[in-house]
Amino acid sequence: MRMTYIRNGETLRLDGELCNGCGRCIEVCPHEVFVMTDAKAWIADRAACMECGACANNCEPGAITVRAGVGCATAVISGMLRGTGPDCSCGGGRKGGCCG
Amino acid sequence: MQELKANGFIEADGRRIPVVPARLSPRDILGGWKVRWGIGRNRYSIQPGLYAVGAPNAESPLLVTANYKLSFDRLRAELAALDAWILVLDTRGINVWCAAGKGTFGTRELEQKLLSLRPGEIVSHRTLILPQLGATGVSAPEVREATGWRVVFGPVRARDLPAFVSSGLRKNAAMRRVEFRFADRMAVAPIELVQSWPFLLGITAASVLLAIPFGPGFPARLLSVLLPLIGAVLVGTVFFPALLPVLPFRAFSLKGALIGIAWGLTASIAASASIVGSLALILVAAPVASFLAMGFTGASTFTCQAGAEMEVRRGVIPMIVSAAIGGGLLAASRYLGV
Repeated sequence: MRMTYIRNGETLRLDGELCNGCGRCIEVCPHEVFVMTDAKAWIADRAACMECGACANNCEPGAITVRAGVGCATAVISGMLRGTGPDCSCGGGRKGGCCG
Repeated sequence: MQELKANGFIEADGRRIPVVPARLSPRDILGGWKVRWGIGRNRYSIQPGLYAVGAPNAESPLLVTANYKLSFDRLRAELAALDAWILVLDTRGINVWCAAGKGTFGTRELEQKLLSLRPGEIVSHRTLILPQLGATGVSAPEVREATGWRVVFGPVRARDLPAFVSSGLRKNAAMRRVEFRFADRMAVAPIELVQSWPFLLGITAASVLLAIPFGPGFPARLLSVLLPLIGAVLVGTVFFPALLPVLPFRAFSLKGALIGIAWGLTASIAASASIVGSLALILVAAPVASFLAMGFTGASTFTCQAGAEMEVRRGVIPMIVSAAIGGGLLAASRYLGV
């Protein structure tokens, strides 16, 4: 079942001019956001994008940009309290449920 | 750090590489269950380094994983039919996806381990198979540029690895997709419940205070507040993940508030509470469930940071106000008898 969240994929950008069609973005995306048509990647399902940053991190020509972050309210709150910005290093080891 | 029991050693490049079993022992299984409940979770790591499963040779695949023991165990348990090398990075005992987000399962760490552990002297190929979720931390083009190793991102789940390897490192859409099925959600529910202990403590303390003085009526007064509010914690930590896909709204806090209200109403009717008492329970149960549900964004696999920020900015103040009014009404209901 496909579940979506709020503000998903708003910062994801793909520059078709720069794309070399290597397909890395498709290989690493956990939510099938991209498709390949005519040897170029396209954003097919922006609403599924959780902005994890895997695609941009592995895009050799730098065609993809995204503001990658952690989709964790607890990290957001602890960042606000510490004034550091969202950070999911809850203590020495992780304690966030995400980290099990 | 956990001791790994090796089956033996393989001599390669003048080194003794420990061979780990592709079967989990009862102790491994118990350890995995315990960390799901938060027991010993910060110490559940293994020594980074090179390991072997089965009887690998120079052509065998080289897999990379994190030194969180649960990640390592999940991986080796799927390798019964495979001879492989495993390169374990130092992610400080954190799983692959979280460590990749943090950068400890990252390009630099991989490059360093390739230098210090020299797997290139054990295998004849130059291909590393990484879990797909490591891609937020590891940049394949950068690793190639710096070390000459080719990084292939394998399937999300270790159980698809044998099929991935036997198909010549080809991944189908299902292997790439992160799911968040009922079983996945319930696997992370226990830790949510364990981490809600400050709520359980606060609720218990408040319920005891409201029920004082001790005497014949104390247990009944205590339970009339304690049970509905403990229930709200269970609703936020266990019912919420169970019902996640069918609840309306996309913001977790709204979904949580909705089942919190439903629960408060149910508990009030069940306890035949007064109008003020019912309102009080609903106004406290809703923000408790809502806040805990919002925290589940961290465990979920499809939430982005911008959305989480929006939920926190818009949600926390109304939650505090609701809980404060509800708490006041609970006290009014208790002392004024309304």
